[in-house]
Amino acid sequence: MAEARPLEVREILVNMGPQHPSTHGVFRMVLWVDGERIVRVEPHIGYLHRGSEKLCEGETYLQIPTLFDRLDYLSNFNNELAFCLAVEKLMGLEVPERAAYVRVILCELNRIASHLMFYAAFGLDVGAMTPSMYAFRERERIQQVFEAVSGARMMHDYFRVGGLRQPPPDDFKERVQRLLPLLEKGINECDTLLTHNEVFLARTRGIGKISPQEAIAWGMTGPCLRACGVPYDIRAVEPYSLYDRFDFAIPVGAQGDCWDRYMVRVEEMRQSIHIIRQALQQMPEEGPVLTPGARRLPRPPKGEVYVRTENPRGELGVYLVSDGSERPYRVKIRAPSFANLQALPVLMRDCYVADAVVILGSLDIVLGDVDR
Amino acid sequence: MSDVPKARPGSPHPAGGHGGAGSPERLDAKGQALKGLLPEVLPAFHSHISVALDEVVLTVPPERLVEVCFTLRDDPRTRFDFLRCLSVVDYVTYLEVVYHLWSMEKRHKMVVKVQVPPEAPQVPSVTGVWKGADWFEREGHDLYGVVFTGHPNLAPLLLWEGFPGYPGRKSYPFHNYTEW
Repeated sequence: MAEARPLEVREILVNMGPQHPSTHGVFRMVLWVDGERIVRVEPHIGYLHRGSEKLCEGETYLQIPTLFDRLDYLSNFNNELAFCLAVEKLMGLEVPERAAYVRVILCELNRIASHLMFYAAFGLDVGAMTPSMYAFRERERIQQVFEAVSGARMMHDYFRVGGLRQPPPDDFKERVQRLLPLLEKGINECDTLLTHNEVFLARTRGIGKISPQEAIAWGMTGPCLRACGVPYDIRAVEPYSLYDRFDFAIPVGAQGDCWDRYMVRVEEMRQSIHIIRQALQQMPEEGPVLTPGARRLPRPPKGEVYVRTENPRGELGVYLVSDGSERPYRVKIRAPSFANLQALPVLMRDCYVADAVVILGSLDIVLGDVDR
Repeated sequence: MSDVPKARPGSPHPAGGHGGAGSPERLDAKGQALKGLLPEVLPAFHSHISVALDEVVLTVPPERLVEVCFTLRDDPRTRFDFLRCLSVVDYVTYLEVVYHLWSMEKRHKMVVKVQVPPEAPQVPSVTGVWKGADWFEREGHDLYGVVFTGHPNLAPLLLWEGFPGYPGRKSYPFHNYTEW
């Protein structure tokens, strides 16, 4: 009789991406796998690196919001806002009330659109096909408002240093007011469809956990950090634009797992609707949307400024150094996805191969934002 | 090649001077308190503290950086546990590494700066202080050639292996195409 040989055990190297439907863009990770367990992960980024920071140095302040649109291409308004706020802060420029309210409303709508996109993609990541249909129906309604306001469904280029490119359409307020109850209904529908689904819970509960201390040390922000129970929302801790005028809650999770990261975003959509309602009520009916006397080509004084805003994905920081000319001397973009993604090896410690896609999906990265 | 932005000679800030004309100090109450507190926490650097718009700025020599960062993170009065951003700026005559810090507990913020010569830019890595500095430092190495000594893995992150030059620097050619 043949002697029983011990089973040969060895680690296998699995390459995932850069062209893989579940990596949400061109992202590559190399997995060291021991059976079904992941031993080590090495993320590789840079496939979408366009040198946006360097490009900014060659463009005028008027042209740069166009580049910012292309960073996080799912939340264009939020990106434009961060850059405009940075220049305005450096120049000490006040934005007319009406323009500021329109900005807030558009940014919050954009947050809902972005989270709906996350909801759809995350559903697909865990194998739920139907939710994406519902989410995209709702997102489409928001896109129609964006189209009416800026003329484009994405890449709006609508915010200007000192205000807006043009006034919103006359029926802007009515359009948004009509939209909100529909969105509310749609979000509730999405919520009941997926959140407490048994299969979904089994795939996300307790998966990809991270402690609040570790999340802070790794520089995670946004829903990913709030899912660990840290109420860190820049709209509240360091209010910018008009956010100190609104009353809203900061949803936080308890365990910092995939389900918490998902749930925080669903709750955030409801809070965004709450903010938009208040903004619509407070918004002046009439008034300019561009600071009178704002120059077409702004020239901020010499100096530097760091402005951060709460992007749907986390803290979007703009570090702007000006030498007093019509072009910035240096623009550093602190992208939320970039910082969130580097904690991936921590999140994937000892998890199963099948969970890798779920964990990556729960971070909600946009590769345009990661690579810049 | 009609509109090639030239590498502008000189830098927006002369070494050591921050802020500059036209951007007055706009420190809030927390910033004022921190500005008063910093000389107590770091007595050796009391003359290196300045203000840029609404942030307190501390400039330190590279060899003291890690020690200062540990103090700022662990001192119960400062508690800077969160690295907001790490950037490298090329001022042609020197490179500046800028650390934007935030305290989750105290909710105050500050900036730490390090200046190094562009020929031999060596800055000690702060990955031991804030793990999140990892990719930011790799990016700084990629695009600006700053060597973060002590970093566990300074492999190229955004560029491919063997990319010639440091594209972030002002000396790197810009638009290499002609309009048609």
